[in-house]
Amino acid sequence: MSGSLLSIRQLAVQVEGKQILDRLDLEVRPGEVHAIMGPNGSGKSTLAHVLAGRPGYEVTGGEVRYDGQDLLALEVEQRAAKGVFLAFQYPVEIPGVSNIQFLKTALNSLRKQRGEPELDAMELLDSVKARMAQMQMDEALLYRGVNEGFSGGEKKSNEILQMLVLEPRLAILDETDSGLDIDALKRVAAGINWFRREDRSLILVTHYQRLLDYVKPDYVHVLQQGRIGRSGGAELALELEQAGYAPTSGTAPERTGGVR
Amino acid sequence: MATKAPPLEKLLAKGYSQGFVTEIDEDSLPPGLDESVIRAIVEKKQEPEFMLEWRLAAYRHWRTMKVPTWSRVHYPPIDFEAISYFSSPRSRKDAPASLDEVDPEILRTYERLGVPLHERAALAGVAGAEAKGRSVGVAVDAVFDSVSVATTFKKELAELGIIFCSFSEAVQNHPELVRRYMGTVVPYTDNFYAALNAAVFSDGSFCYIPKGVRCPMELSTYFRINAAGTGQFERTLIVAEEGASVSYLEGYTAPMRDEHQLHAAVVELIALDNAEIKYATVQNWYPGNAEGKGGIYNFVTKRGLCAGHHSKISWTQVETGSAITWKYPSVMLKGDDSVGEFYSVALTNNFQQADTGTKMIHIGKRTRSTILSKGISAGKGQNTYRGLVKVGRKALGARNYSQCDSLLIGDRCGAHTLPYIEVMRPDAQVEHEATTSKISDAQLFYCRQRGIDAEAAVSLLVNGFCKEVFRKLPMEFAVEAQALMEVSLEGTVG
Repeated sequence: MSGSLLSIRQLAVQVEGKQILDRLDLEVRPGEVHAIMGPNGSGKSTLAHVLAGRPGYEVTGGEVRYDGQDLLALEVEQRAAKGVFLAFQYPVEIPGVSNIQFLKTALNSLRKQRGEPELDAMELLDSVKARMAQMQMDEALLYRGVNEGFSGGEKKSNEILQMLVLEPRLAILDETDSGLDIDALKRVAAGINWFRREDRSLILVTHYQRLLDYVKPDYVHVLQQGRIGRSGGAELALELEQAGYAPTSGTAPERTGGVR
Repeated sequence: MATKAPPLEKLLAKGYSQGFVTEIDEDSLPPGLDESVIRAIVEKKQEPEFMLEWRLAAYRHWRTMKVPTWSRVHYPPIDFEAISYFSSPRSRKDAPASLDEVDPEILRTYERLGVPLHERAALAGVAGAEAKGRSVGVAVDAVFDSVSVATTFKKELAELGIIFCSFSEAVQNHPELVRRYMGTVVPYTDNFYAALNAAVFSDGSFCYIPKGVRCPMELSTYFRINAAGTGQFERTLIVAEEGASVSYLEGYTAPMRDEHQLHAAVVELIALDNAEIKYATVQNWYPGNAEGKGGIYNFVTKRGLCAGHHSKISWTQVETGSAITWKYPSVMLKGDDSVGEFYSVALTNNFQQADTGTKMIHIGKRTRSTILSKGISAGKGQNTYRGLVKVGRKALGARNYSQCDSLLIGDRCGAHTLPYIEVMRPDAQVEHEATTSKISDAQLFYCRQRGIDAEAAVSLLVNGFCKEVFRKLPMEFAVEAQALMEVSLEGTVG
């Protein structure tokens, strides 16, 4: 499809010999927000990781084009430089490296790869603090080791902060909403909405409808048996919330945690 | 392929950037060691009689000793007869009186090493420093092979009564101080290499801070081995009188050579009542190549004596070089309420071996010590922390806290922690914590996803691991230490 930022065709991926993704197709245009839902083990996180280039995933078929390029041929850091960002489901701790130092190193590495000059440290600090204020994050987190001793909510907010500072073109959020209480969820959602722009795209990998109450997706896809089983608009998520995942997979339908 | 798992470690193919050889005329003694060599050294250096006697006594004692084999390092026996025990740059005069007289080739060497030898620029820094009431200037004593070639800021320091000069000069100009203190902390009977050093040491640094004086600038010595087939045996002696304080830094480099070179130094620190000595080392000797050929054997005895009450001695070391490192900077806590500290980062890559740590000997009442050791192993490097905490019968209320962290990069290296604790008092408080961790694929992927390439990511992770120790270094050297880690880690990931 022309005009796509991300174009996935017939993607097949194995992990340790097991087929996880199988002939998956997905088109994401600039400015669009796609929610990827589906039962546990349906391959949601695998999709997120393959797009970011995590080692350990074997692509056995299909292709992924990003901004007209073969995304799978690029190294992890090259994908990052081209604007692919993954918010981790389990953000990693980096002891002894302060959050601000990490942000600065990351941003300047990206800028260097793009042939842009390094950002002035004070300028960066000001813009980071402004975004933290928006997210209602404690500035003290800047001077602590990356995610070191952060609460679950702080870690997820920190991922969104990184996204806001690094300004990617395609942000993939891997279950950023899981494990958050309602206040933290609202803050994270607010961050995502600030990020939304007509030249930026988002893929929200999520179990639950509840994030979509705050971040309205353009499309909702249900991943089943390693491919997109159903697609629809924002209303599909509401339908899933009530009826669970349609039993087209042959396995027992799993209810989402959103059903209480 | 981007999707294939990159191996976390790959043998390093780094270039040792300080591995150049300076072409200068060297004045060396032929290899081998007997009493005539010692007499020749004494004669060349025109040392007083007491030095000859002391050296000969040390030599005779050394002859009765055996090479120590208890450490966790492995190397073929050293042929002590194949080493030249004295090498000095043959300059126009025996002792250059000022920088102008130093062989320009040597000055260029120091320039390439980044040693701030030229006084002018630094002087401006000191003037500003005084206004702000803190030390930013650095006084440098530079030791080339075995001989001190230049000491900067001597005049400025002299006005405060501080003596900072080469050991040779101290022997000539302050023999009474040398005689009083030399060998009192590390006697020549202490160990094999200390005895050898006492017999043949050719130069080093001497520093004396008089009563009540706080040294206004960092004192620094750069050591470089240049000549082939030589050993470097230098001796450093620092005395801080009552209420005095000084911060001292030594840096090391050596050219790349295929054969191993021996470095057996002795450092003695003496702190009297309320005195404080901070001693930092950034050691970047040539570590040998990726196959383990060449490199420096760094067998060093460093010990401080907290002689007075409320005195404090602090060792900080960043050890990234040498084929083999064998050193235990220690503190004898003799004065009541004295404090000993040891902060260490030791990195071993390729075939490097390090057996390093400290000894904290609590003798006086309410003495306190802190040990913080960070060992990093990559390639086939073997890293051992060996530390002794001893609390004597009279050390009422002594306290120690030790923390030993090891970081492994790859799966062919090793980390070993060997704490020895001897406590003779029921009221002593001794704590030891140890951790071992690996740089995980998850951490690496996280960094790379944020745009930081693998090599920069490892360096970032390692610097984070070392942060608590780097914080103890003077600012400008902390930056240098970080850069050094980067260079030493090059090629550890693919």
